Amino acid sequence: MTLGLFIPCYIDQLYPQVGQATYTLLTRLGHQVEVPEKPACCGQPMSNSGFAKAGAGCLTDFAREYARFDHIVSPSGSCVLHLKESLEAQHSPMAHRVYELCEFLHDIAKVDSLPARFPHRVGLHQSCHGLRGLGLGSPSECRVPAFSKPARLLQMVAGLELVPLDRCDECCGFGGTFSVFESDVSVSMGRDRIQDHISHGAEFITSADMSCLMHLGGLLSRQAPQVKVRHIAEILAGTAESEAEPSLNDG
Amino acid sequence: MAQPLTHSAAAHEFQRDPARAAWHDQTLWMVRTKRDRMAARVPEWEQLREAASQIKEHTLSKLADYLEQFADNAAANGIHVHWAADGDEHNRIVHGILQRHGARKLVKSKSMLTEECHLNPHLEKQGIEVIDTDLGERIVQLQEMPPSHIVMPAIHLKRAEVGEVFHEHLGTPAGLDDPQQLTEAARQHLRNHFLTADAALTGVNFAVAETGGFVVCTNEGNADMGAHLAPVHIACMGIEKIIPRQAHLGVFLRLLARSATGQPSTVFSSHFLKPRPGQEMHIIIVDNGRSRQLARSDYRKSLACIRCAACFNTCPVYRRSGGYSYSYFISGPIGSILAPNVDKAAHASMPFASTLCGSCTAVCPVKIDIHAQLLKWRQDITAAGHAPWWKKAAMHTTAFVVRRPALFRLGGWFMRRTTPLLNLLRLDPWTQSRDLPPAPTQTFRQWHNQQSNKK
Repeated sequence: MTLGLFIPCYIDQLYPQVGQATYTLLTRLGHQVEVPEKPACCGQPMSNSGFAKAGAGCLTDFAREYARFDHIVSPSGSCVLHLKESLEAQHSPMAHRVYELCEFLHDIAKVDSLPARFPHRVGLHQSCHGLRGLGLGSPSECRVPAFSKPARLLQMVAGLELVPLDRCDECCGFGGTFSVFESDVSVSMGRDRIQDHISHGAEFITSADMSCLMHLGGLLSRQAPQVKVRHIAEILAGTAESEAEPSLNDG
Repeated sequence: MAQPLTHSAAAHEFQRDPARAAWHDQTLWMVRTKRDRMAARVPEWEQLREAASQIKEHTLSKLADYLEQFADNAAANGIHVHWAADGDEHNRIVHGILQRHGARKLVKSKSMLTEECHLNPHLEKQGIEVIDTDLGERIVQLQEMPPSHIVMPAIHLKRAEVGEVFHEHLGTPAGLDDPQQLTEAARQHLRNHFLTADAALTGVNFAVAETGGFVVCTNEGNADMGAHLAPVHIACMGIEKIIPRQAHLGVFLRLLARSATGQPSTVFSSHFLKPRPGQEMHIIIVDNGRSRQLARSDYRKSLACIRCAACFNTCPVYRRSGGYSYSYFISGPIGSILAPNVDKAAHASMPFASTLCGSCTAVCPVKIDIHAQLLKWRQDITAAGHAPWWKKAAMHTTAFVVRRPALFRLGGWFMRRTTPLLNLLRLDPWTQSRDLPPAPTQTFRQWHNQQSNKK
């Protein structure tokens, strides 16, 4: 079984440690992981801004490079949702082979233990696209049995304590280009989100979406730098502990 | 021509008073949590939503048939049935009825359709006094403002502000802040109008094709006070208010109040079937762009809306920007998909006033795919040329760069080098409030290529 890893553009450039953690985790679980050279972006920023046609080429690149894989995994619920929906709209069978990392670990790899340790109080930000879009958990609006795939995975991490939240699945306000074009509301939403986590004693905020964490982390570094963001892949892979943010050096 | 109001500009104004914005958010979140509690008490909640969705879907697929059936049955019951193609025709019909009766004063219960048609100013121009009798609507009417929310029209006002409005218009003592006393003042004021009105107007929540009757839901009984006292009762409904059978009412009445305000049912769910002896009853069935929306396959499901406003209360953007930040009289997520149907250019910013978090879709009692329709409108609005040039340029540039590895690497390298400067200058909307992450010197791809070379 070959597994294609899709590292979205902004993770590649700004959060390489998230890509590394995902790669490390998947290979450690015994998968043969490949990263094709070309595709960088899923096309979502263009689509969300009303320029889906301009972003359509991204999907073409993606479909061409990743068609050969049995499973395609990405550490970004938001990008995965966009890829899935776009592929579905084209009636492409690839739509059913694209997985968000937690979804893959939970549903396909069916992991039931992880060799990770993270002795901290952690708040889980359930990103909207992962939660309501991909069904990684039960949304609080619906009367369905409660579950959360990311939370189940986090519970396998030694020493980790999940903190409860007042608004368990409220949007963080990132929303892609919304965070720029509607920055007042975006920032207000983000501040409320971090306050919910902080008031419950979270030392870290984690999520299956680095984009939400980019927004929340950007607010935290100005307002509460003692609270850090970590992508769920970093915690599950056991690489989240390194205090220095991204400490990668050339060569 | 003045620039149409953009949501982000209006939201910016709303957020200038952070304490008030926080209060608005918390007030509506309270309604959302009440709704959650009430929905949880119905074990078959999700089945009810599915049933409601399917009934509406079916009705919309045979809308003309059901409308005719309703009109025939209503006429047989002795109700005068009128058809209005648009808002102007609706207003003329209402005015015609009032004129025939020499009516000078109209008491009106809540009807968003009459807001949509701008009925009040039309009648007032003809010298007719119009009294909105829903308490919230009366408050904003006295302020000469439109409702900020379709179910709770004055939810954006604090009690003390209502006290000021009453002091100015109803002569209550200055500084009145007691809910009991304020309600009593409104009650006395409205009672006088109910007793002296020449005609009453109500909206319609559900019109039943099978019986020709209709249901009006209120919490204050004001619709009944008006309709029971006045010699003429005019009811106004959009063509989408039809449900096929009386038996379907149970599905919708259980969903409506719980979704709207977290009540098990509205205090008054009044069923009107025929005029009482000596009374004249009219029903006006209004299209006003609805059949156009019905023909748009991407958006037709928006006509299933029962106007509970659950999507408003759950929407984090609505809660933090207020009803007046939207350019349409129906604000919030559902308004943002209804408005562009009326005028794409005037309401171009509304579908962008969302993070597409999907909470609106998940909360909707009739399962309208609201966030998906918002995303579709964005494409249609942009294709129609209603996007700023710089946004268009930015998006096309991004699309060009991310598909070309060498260019992408170069662009990324440049961006990573400039983030410290951007964080320092704080000139763009992102860095004004948020730091960009400290930039790594190596990308994932560089790291991965190194790994591959080692092997």
